[in-house]
Amino acid sequence: MNTSQYFCNEILDYNMSTSTTVTPTKLWGGGKSPFNVEYGKLMMWYFLMSDAFTFGAFLISYGTIRFSSNGWPDPNEVFKSFPFAPEGVHAPLVFVSIMTFILIISSVTMVLAVHAGHNMDKKRVVKNLILTILGGIAFLSCQAWEWNHLHSEGAWWGSNPFLNHDGTASSTNFTNYFFTITGFHGFHVFSGVIINIIMLIMTLMDKFEKRGHYLMIEKAGLYWHFVDLVWVFVFTCFYLI
Amino acid sequence: MEHTIAAHEEHSGGGVKEIVRVTVILSVLTVVELALGFWMMGMPLESGLRLAVKGTIVILMLAKAFYIVGYFMHLKHEVKNLIMTIVVPLCLFIWFIIAFLYDGNSFKNLRNTYDPYKKEVSTIKVEKKEVKHEEKKTEAAPVEEKKVVE
Repeated sequence: MNTSQYFCNEILDYNMSTSTTVTPTKLWGGGKSPFNVEYGKLMMWYFLMSDAFTFGAFLISYGTIRFSSNGWPDPNEVFKSFPFAPEGVHAPLVFVSIMTFILIISSVTMVLAVHAGHNMDKKRVVKNLILTILGGIAFLSCQAWEWNHLHSEGAWWGSNPFLNHDGTASSTNFTNYFFTITGFHGFHVFSGVIINIIMLIMTLMDKFEKRGHYLMIEKAGLYWHFVDLVWVFVFTCFYLI
Repeated sequence: MEHTIAAHEEHSGGGVKEIVRVTVILSVLTVVELALGFWMMGMPLESGLRLAVKGTIVILMLAKAFYIVGYFMHLKHEVKNLIMTIVVPLCLFIWFIIAFLYDGNSFKNLRNTYDPYKKEVSTIKVEKKEVKHEEKKTEAAPVEEKKVVE
Protein backbone atom coordinates (compact mmCIF):
# COMPACT_ATOMS: atom_id res chain seq x y z
CA MET A 1 0.00 0.00 0.00
CA ASN A 2 2.61 2.45 1.06
CA THR A 3 5.04 1.51 -1.69
CA SER A 4 2.43 1.71 -4.45
CA GLN A 5 1.39 5.13 -3.24
CA TYR A 6 4.99 6.14 -3.28
CA PHE A 7 5.36 5.03 -6.87
CA CYS A 8 2.20 6.84 -7.87
CA ASN A 9 3.56 10.04 -6.46
CA GLU A 10 6.81 9.39 -8.18
CA ILE A 11 5.05 8.99 -11.57
CA LEU A 12 2.92 12.08 -10.99
CA ASP A 13 5.99 14.12 -10.16
CA TYR A 14 7.70 12.84 -13.25
CA ASN A 15 4.73 13.72 -15.49
CA MET A 16 4.35 17.17 -14.05
CA SER A 17 7.99 17.99 -14.51
CA THR A 18 8.00 16.86 -18.15
CA SER A 19 4.82 18.72 -19.07
CA THR A 20 5.88 21.97 -17.50
CA THR A 21 9.54 22.08 -18.35
CA VAL A 22 10.36 20.04 -21.44
CA THR A 23 7.83 20.18 -24.29
CA PRO A 24 4.98 22.67 -24.05
CA THR A 25 4.03 22.12 -27.75
CA LYS A 26 3.32 18.38 -27.41
CA LEU A 27 -0.47 18.38 -26.98
CA TRP A 28 -0.83 14.62 -26.56
CA GLY A 29 2.15 14.24 -24.23
CA GLY A 30 -0.13 14.07 -21.20
CA GLY A 31 -0.46 16.37 -18.25
CA LYS A 32 -2.78 18.81 -19.97
CA SER A 33 -6.01 19.00 -21.99
CA PRO A 34 -5.17 18.35 -25.66
CA PHE A 35 -8.12 20.43 -26.86
CA ASN A 36 -7.47 23.17 -24.34
CA VAL A 37 -11.20 23.73 -23.70
CA GLU A 38 -13.46 22.81 -20.86
CA TYR A 39 -15.39 19.53 -21.15
CA GLY A 40 -18.84 21.11 -21.42
CA LYS A 41 -17.73 23.44 -24.17
CA LEU A 42 -16.21 20.60 -26.17
CA MET A 43 -19.45 18.64 -25.87
CA MET A 44 -21.43 21.70 -26.96
CA TRP A 45 -19.28 21.79 -30.10
CA TYR A 46 -20.02 18.14 -30.84
CA PHE A 47 -23.72 18.65 -30.21
CA LEU A 48 -23.73 21.57 -32.62
CA MET A 49 -21.93 19.46 -35.20
CA SER A 50 -24.66 16.82 -34.98
CA ASP A 51 -27.28 19.57 -35.21
CA ALA A 52 -25.52 20.90 -38.30
CA PHE A 53 -26.01 17.48 -39.91
CA THR A 54 -29.71 17.56 -39.03
CA PHE A 55 -30.22 20.94 -40.64
CA GLY A 56 -27.93 19.96 -43.51
CA ALA A 57 -30.05 16.89 -44.19
CA PHE A 58 -33.22 19.03 -44.19
CA LEU A 59 -31.79 21.59 -46.58
CA ILE A 60 -30.23 19.01 -48.90
CA SER A 61 -33.54 17.14 -49.02
CA TYR A 62 -35.22 20.42 -49.97
CA GLY A 63 -32.58 20.99 -52.67
CA THR A 64 -33.01 17.46 -54.06
CA ILE A 65 -36.78 17.86 -54.40
CA ARG A 66 -36.36 21.30 -55.93
CA PHE A 67 -33.85 19.96 -58.46
CA SER A 68 -36.23 17.14 -59.37
CA SER A 69 -39.20 19.50 -59.98
CA ASN A 70 -40.01 21.12 -63.30
CA GLY A 71 -41.19 24.30 -61.63
CA TRP A 72 -40.94 26.07 -58.29
CA PRO A 73 -42.70 29.12 -56.79
CA ASP A 74 -40.97 32.49 -57.04
CA PRO A 75 -39.91 33.55 -53.51
CA ASN A 76 -40.27 37.18 -54.50
CA GLU A 77 -43.97 36.57 -55.16
CA VAL A 78 -44.55 34.48 -52.04
CA PHE A 79 -42.65 36.61 -49.49
CA LYS A 80 -43.63 40.07 -50.71
CA SER A 81 -45.70 41.29 -47.74
CA PHE A 82 -44.88 43.56 -44.88
CA PRO A 83 -46.68 44.12 -41.55
CA PHE A 84 -49.03 47.10 -41.43
CA ALA A 85 -48.56 47.66 -45.16
CA PRO A 86 -51.66 48.00 -47.36
CA GLU A 87 -53.06 44.85 -48.96
CA GLY A 88 -51.34 43.88 -52.23
CA VAL A 89 -48.09 45.70 -51.49
CA HIS A 90 -45.09 44.36 -53.43
CA ALA A 91 -42.05 44.49 -51.13
CA PRO A 92 -40.00 41.32 -51.72
CA LEU A 93 -36.95 40.63 -49.51
CA VAL A 94 -37.65 43.66 -47.29
CA PHE A 95 -39.21 41.93 -44.29
CA VAL A 96 -36.81 38.98 -44.36
CA SER A 97 -33.77 41.27 -44.50
CA ILE A 98 -35.02 42.96 -41.32
CA MET A 99 -35.29 39.51 -39.70
CA THR A 100 -31.75 38.69 -40.85
CA PHE A 101 -30.32 41.88 -39.39
CA ILE A 102 -32.16 41.34 -36.09
CA LEU A 103 -30.49 37.93 -35.77
CA ILE A 104 -27.03 39.23 -36.75
CA ILE A 105 -27.26 42.07 -34.22
CA SER A 106 -28.44 39.72 -31.46
CA SER A 107 -25.45 37.52 -32.28
CA VAL A 108 -23.16 40.53 -31.87
CA THR A 109 -24.63 41.39 -28.45
CA MET A 110 -24.11 37.74 -27.46
CA VAL A 111 -20.40 37.97 -28.39
CA LEU A 112 -20.18 41.14 -26.32
CA ALA A 113 -21.77 39.30 -23.37
CA VAL A 114 -19.22 36.48 -23.69
CA HIS A 115 -16.44 39.04 -23.93
CA ALA A 116 -17.70 40.85 -20.82
CA GLY A 117 -17.79 37.46 -19.08
CA HIS A 118 -14.10 36.99 -19.83
CA ASN A 119 -13.40 40.26 -18.05
CA MET A 120 -15.69 39.28 -15.11
CA ASP A 121 -17.80 42.37 -15.88
CA LYS A 122 -21.18 41.35 -14.50
CA LYS A 123 -22.97 44.57 -15.39
CA ARG A 124 -22.12 44.36 -19.09
CA VAL A 125 -22.94 40.64 -19.21
CA VAL A 126 -26.43 41.41 -17.90
CA LYS A 127 -26.92 44.32 -20.32
CA ASN A 128 -25.84 42.36 -23.39
CA LEU A 129 -27.77 39.24 -22.41
CA ILE A 130 -30.95 41.32 -22.10
CA LEU A 131 -30.32 42.80 -25.56
CA THR A 132 -29.75 39.30 -26.99
CA ILE A 133 -33.00 38.02 -25.46
CA LEU A 134 -34.89 41.01 -26.87
CA GLY A 135 -33.38 40.32 -30.31
CA GLY A 136 -34.48 36.70 -30.12
CA ILE A 137 -38.00 37.66 -29.11
CA ALA A 138 -38.14 40.24 -31.94
CA PHE A 139 -37.09 37.57 -34.45
CA LEU A 140 -39.68 35.12 -33.16
CA SER A 141 -42.38 37.81 -33.38
CA CYS A 142 -41.42 38.50 -37.01
CA GLN A 143 -41.61 34.81 -37.79
CA ALA A 144 -44.96 34.46 -36.04
CA TRP A 145 -46.33 37.32 -38.15
CA GLU A 146 -44.99 35.79 -41.35
CA TRP A 147 -46.39 32.34 -40.61
CA ASN A 148 -49.74 33.85 -39.69
CA HIS A 149 -49.79 35.90 -42.88
CA LEU A 150 -48.91 32.92 -45.10
CA HIS A 151 -51.52 30.84 -43.31
CA SER A 152 -54.17 33.49 -44.00
CA GLU A 153 -53.22 33.27 -47.69
CA GLY A 154 -53.99 29.55 -47.60
CA ALA A 155 -50.46 28.21 -47.20
CA TRP A 156 -49.83 25.46 -44.66
CA TRP A 157 -48.46 21.93 -44.51
CA GLY A 158 -50.24 20.13 -47.35
CA SER A 159 -51.70 23.21 -49.02
CA ASN A 160 -49.95 25.55 -51.42
CA PRO A 161 -51.90 28.47 -52.93
CA PHE A 162 -48.90 29.77 -54.90
CA LEU A 163 -48.16 29.06 -58.55
CA ASN A 164 -44.82 28.17 -60.05
CA HIS A 165 -42.55 30.83 -61.50
CA ASP A 166 -43.81 30.08 -65.03
CA GLY A 167 -47.53 30.10 -64.12
CA THR A 168 -47.99 26.33 -63.87
CA ALA A 169 -49.53 24.53 -60.90
CA SER A 170 -47.18 23.98 -57.97
CA SER A 171 -47.01 20.98 -55.67
CA THR A 172 -47.22 21.16 -51.88
CA ASN A 173 -43.49 20.40 -51.57
CA PHE A 174 -42.71 24.10 -51.35
CA THR A 175 -44.91 24.87 -48.34
CA ASN A 176 -44.10 21.55 -46.63
CA TYR A 177 -40.39 22.27 -46.71
CA PHE A 178 -40.80 25.93 -45.86
CA PHE A 179 -42.87 25.35 -42.73
CA THR A 180 -40.86 22.33 -41.58
CA ILE A 181 -37.44 23.95 -41.90
CA THR A 182 -38.29 27.47 -40.71
CA GLY A 183 -40.34 25.84 -37.95
CA PHE A 184 -37.40 23.72 -36.83
CA HIS A 185 -35.16 26.78 -36.92
CA GLY A 186 -37.75 28.86 -35.04
CA PHE A 187 -37.89 26.17 -32.37
CA HIS A 188 -34.11 26.45 -32.01
CA VAL A 189 -34.43 30.22 -31.63
CA PHE A 190 -37.10 29.67 -28.98
CA SER A 191 -34.86 27.23 -27.05
CA GLY A 192 -31.99 29.70 -27.37
CA VAL A 193 -34.10 32.47 -25.85
CA ILE A 194 -35.05 30.17 -22.95
CA ILE A 195 -31.37 29.23 -22.41
CA ASN A 196 -30.37 32.90 -22.47
CA ILE A 197 -33.07 33.77 -19.95
CA ILE A 198 -31.73 31.03 -17.63
CA MET A 199 -28.20 32.44 -18.11
CA LEU A 200 -29.50 35.91 -17.24
CA ILE A 201 -31.14 34.65 -14.05
CA MET A 202 -27.98 32.75 -13.07
CA THR A 203 -25.88 35.87 -13.68
CA LEU A 204 -28.22 38.00 -11.61
CA MET A 205 -28.03 35.43 -8.79
CA ASP A 206 -24.20 35.78 -8.85
CA LYS A 207 -23.74 32.07 -9.68
CA PHE A 208 -20.85 32.78 -12.03
CA GLU A 209 -19.22 35.33 -9.73
CA LYS A 210 -19.07 32.61 -7.05
CA ARG A 211 -17.71 30.07 -9.55
CA GLY A 212 -15.02 32.52 -10.59
CA HIS A 213 -15.70 32.22 -14.33
CA TYR A 214 -18.43 32.82 -16.93
CA LEU A 215 -17.86 29.68 -19.04
CA MET A 216 -21.59 28.87 -19.02
CA ILE A 217 -22.25 32.08 -20.98
CA GLU A 218 -19.76 30.90 -23.60
CA LYS A 219 -21.63 27.62 -24.08
CA ALA A 220 -24.97 29.42 -24.39
CA GLY A 221 -23.24 31.80 -26.79
CA LEU A 222 -22.07 28.93 -29.01
CA TYR A 223 -25.64 27.69 -29.25
CA TRP A 224 -26.96 31.15 -30.06
CA HIS A 225 -24.39 31.74 -32.82
CA PHE A 226 -25.27 28.38 -34.31
CA VAL A 227 -28.90 29.50 -34.55
CA ASP A 228 -27.71 32.60 -36.42
CA LEU A 229 -25.52 30.41 -38.64
CA VAL A 230 -28.44 28.17 -39.61
CA TRP A 231 -30.51 31.23 -40.46
CA VAL A 232 -27.80 32.34 -42.92
CA PHE A 233 -28.39 29.09 -44.82
CA VAL A 234 -32.19 29.04 -44.48
CA PHE A 235 -32.42 32.68 -45.57
CA THR A 236 -30.30 32.00 -48.66
CA CYS A 237 -32.01 28.76 -49.68
CA PHE A 238 -35.62 29.89 -49.25
CA TYR A 239 -35.73 33.63 -49.82
CA LEU A 240 -32.81 34.56 -52.08
CA ILE A 241 -32.13 31.72 -54.48
CA MET B 1 -9.86 22.15 -14.91
CA GLU B 2 -8.29 25.28 -13.44
CA HIS B 3 -5.33 24.70 -15.70
CA THR B 4 -7.54 24.61 -18.80
CA ILE B 5 -9.38 27.79 -17.94
CA ALA B 6 -6.21 29.68 -17.18
CA ALA B 7 -4.67 28.61 -20.46
CA HIS B 8 -7.86 29.47 -22.31
CA GLU B 9 -7.90 33.11 -21.36
CA GLU B 10 -4.49 33.69 -22.87
CA HIS B 11 -5.61 33.31 -26.46
CA SER B 12 -9.05 34.89 -26.43
CA GLY B 13 -8.87 36.71 -29.77
CA GLY B 14 -8.72 40.37 -30.60
CA GLY B 15 -11.45 41.69 -28.28
CA VAL B 16 -14.07 44.33 -29.04
CA LYS B 17 -12.18 45.69 -32.03
CA GLU B 18 -12.38 42.32 -33.78
CA ILE B 19 -16.09 41.98 -32.93
CA VAL B 20 -16.81 45.35 -34.56
CA ARG B 21 -14.78 44.41 -37.63
CA VAL B 22 -16.62 41.09 -38.08
CA THR B 23 -20.00 42.79 -37.56
CA VAL B 24 -19.21 45.24 -40.35
CA ILE B 25 -18.07 42.41 -42.65
CA LEU B 26 -21.24 40.38 -41.98
CA SER B 27 -23.48 43.39 -42.60
CA VAL B 28 -21.72 44.29 -45.85
CA LEU B 29 -21.95 40.67 -47.08
CA THR B 30 -25.68 40.61 -46.27
CA VAL B 31 -26.29 43.90 -48.08
CA VAL B 32 -24.40 42.62 -51.16
CA GLU B 33 -26.47 39.41 -51.06
CA LEU B 34 -29.68 41.42 -50.92
CA ALA B 35 -28.53 43.69 -53.76
CA LEU B 36 -27.82 40.60 -55.89
CA GLY B 37 -31.26 39.23 -54.93
CA PHE B 38 -32.98 42.42 -56.10
CA TRP B 39 -30.92 42.46 -59.30
CA MET B 40 -31.85 38.83 -60.01
CA MET B 41 -35.60 39.55 -59.96
CA GLY B 42 -35.70 41.02 -63.45
CA MET B 43 -33.69 38.27 -65.11
CA PRO B 44 -35.17 35.57 -67.35
CA LEU B 45 -35.69 32.23 -65.61
CA GLU B 46 -33.23 29.95 -67.40
CA SER B 47 -30.38 32.39 -68.08
CA GLY B 48 -26.74 31.69 -67.38
CA LEU B 49 -26.37 35.06 -65.68
CA ARG B 50 -29.07 34.14 -63.17
CA LEU B 51 -27.22 30.92 -62.39
CA ALA B 52 -23.96 32.86 -61.94
CA VAL B 53 -25.64 35.28 -59.52
CA LYS B 54 -27.04 32.34 -57.54
CA GLY B 55 -23.54 30.85 -57.36
CA THR B 56 -22.16 34.16 -56.12
CA ILE B 57 -24.84 34.31 -53.41
CA VAL B 58 -23.89 30.80 -52.25
CA ILE B 59 -20.21 31.81 -52.05
CA LEU B 60 -21.12 34.90 -50.02
CA MET B 61 -23.24 32.67 -47.75
CA LEU B 62 -20.24 30.43 -47.11
CA ALA B 63 -18.11 33.50 -46.37
CA LYS B 64 -20.68 34.61 -43.78
CA ALA B 65 -20.67 31.13 -42.26
CA PHE B 66 -16.87 31.27 -42.03
CA TYR B 67 -16.94 34.59 -40.16
CA ILE B 68 -19.66 33.47 -37.75
CA VAL B 69 -17.97 30.15 -36.92
CA GLY B 70 -14.41 31.46 -36.99
CA TYR B 71 -14.78 34.66 -35.01
CA PHE B 72 -18.15 34.73 -33.19
CA MET B 73 -17.92 31.07 -32.20
CA HIS B 74 -14.22 31.57 -31.69
CA LEU B 75 -13.19 28.42 -33.55
CA LYS B 76 -10.33 30.16 -35.35
CA HIS B 77 -8.62 30.86 -32.02
CA GLU B 78 -8.94 27.29 -30.71
CA VAL B 79 -6.30 24.57 -30.76
CA LYS B 80 -5.77 22.91 -34.12
CA ASN B 81 -6.85 19.50 -32.74
CA LEU B 82 -10.26 20.89 -31.86
CA ILE B 83 -10.69 22.65 -35.21
CA MET B 84 -9.93 19.40 -37.04
CA THR B 85 -12.41 17.28 -35.07
CA ILE B 86 -15.15 19.78 -36.01
CA VAL B 87 -14.23 20.63 -39.59
CA VAL B 88 -13.13 17.25 -40.95
CA PRO B 89 -16.48 15.45 -40.31
CA LEU B 90 -18.31 18.39 -41.89
CA CYS B 91 -16.41 17.65 -45.14
CA LEU B 92 -18.99 14.87 -45.61
CA PHE B 93 -21.30 17.65 -46.77
CA ILE B 94 -19.27 18.05 -49.97
CA TRP B 95 -20.24 14.54 -51.07
CA PHE B 96 -23.69 14.85 -49.53
CA ILE B 97 -24.63 17.97 -51.50
CA ILE B 98 -23.15 16.91 -54.85
CA ALA B 99 -24.63 13.40 -54.75
CA PHE B 100 -28.15 14.39 -53.73
CA LEU B 101 -28.55 17.41 -56.02
CA TYR B 102 -27.21 15.36 -58.93
CA ASP B 103 -29.68 12.64 -58.06
CA GLY B 104 -32.60 15.08 -57.97
CA ASN B 105 -31.65 16.54 -61.32
CA SER B 106 -31.23 13.11 -62.85
CA PHE B 107 -34.66 12.06 -61.56
CA LYS B 108 -36.22 15.12 -63.20
CA ASN B 109 -34.62 14.28 -66.55
CA LEU B 110 -35.64 10.62 -66.37
CA ARG B 111 -39.24 11.52 -65.57
CA ASN B 112 -39.41 14.10 -68.33
CA THR B 113 -38.08 11.52 -70.79
CA TYR B 114 -40.14 8.50 -69.79
CA ASP B 115 -43.29 10.03 -68.27
CA PRO B 116 -44.89 12.23 -70.95
CA TYR B 117 -48.03 12.77 -68.87
CA LYS B 118 -46.05 14.26 -66.01
CA LYS B 119 -44.14 16.44 -68.45
CA GLU B 120 -47.32 17.67 -70.12
CA VAL B 121 -49.00 18.47 -66.80
CA SER B 122 -46.04 20.58 -65.74
CA THR B 123 -46.46 22.85 -68.77
CA ILE B 124 -50.19 23.63 -68.30
CA LYS B 125 -50.68 27.17 -67.13
CA VAL B 126 -53.29 27.71 -64.42
CA GLU B 127 -55.13 30.81 -63.23
CA LYS B 128 -53.82 32.56 -60.16
CA LYS B 129 -56.44 32.34 -57.46
CA GLU B 130 -56.97 35.61 -55.65
CA VAL B 131 -57.62 34.58 -52.06
CA LYS B 132 -59.23 37.17 -49.88
CA HIS B 133 -59.11 36.94 -46.12
CA GLU B 134 -62.89 36.61 -45.86
CA GLU B 135 -63.15 33.78 -48.35
CA LYS B 136 -61.03 31.31 -46.48
CA LYS B 137 -63.86 28.78 -46.26
CA THR B 138 -64.73 28.70 -49.97
CA GLU B 139 -61.09 28.40 -50.91
CA ALA B 140 -61.00 24.72 -49.96
CA ALA B 141 -62.67 23.62 -53.21
CA PRO B 142 -60.08 24.90 -55.76
CA VAL B 143 -57.26 23.43 -53.70
CA GLU B 144 -58.87 19.98 -54.03
CA GLU B 145 -59.18 20.53 -57.77
CA LYS B 146 -55.49 21.29 -58.06
CA LYS B 147 -54.50 18.06 -56.36
CA VAL B 148 -56.31 16.09 -59.07
CA VAL B 149 -54.33 17.90 -61.77
CA GLU B 150 -51.07 16.85 -60.16
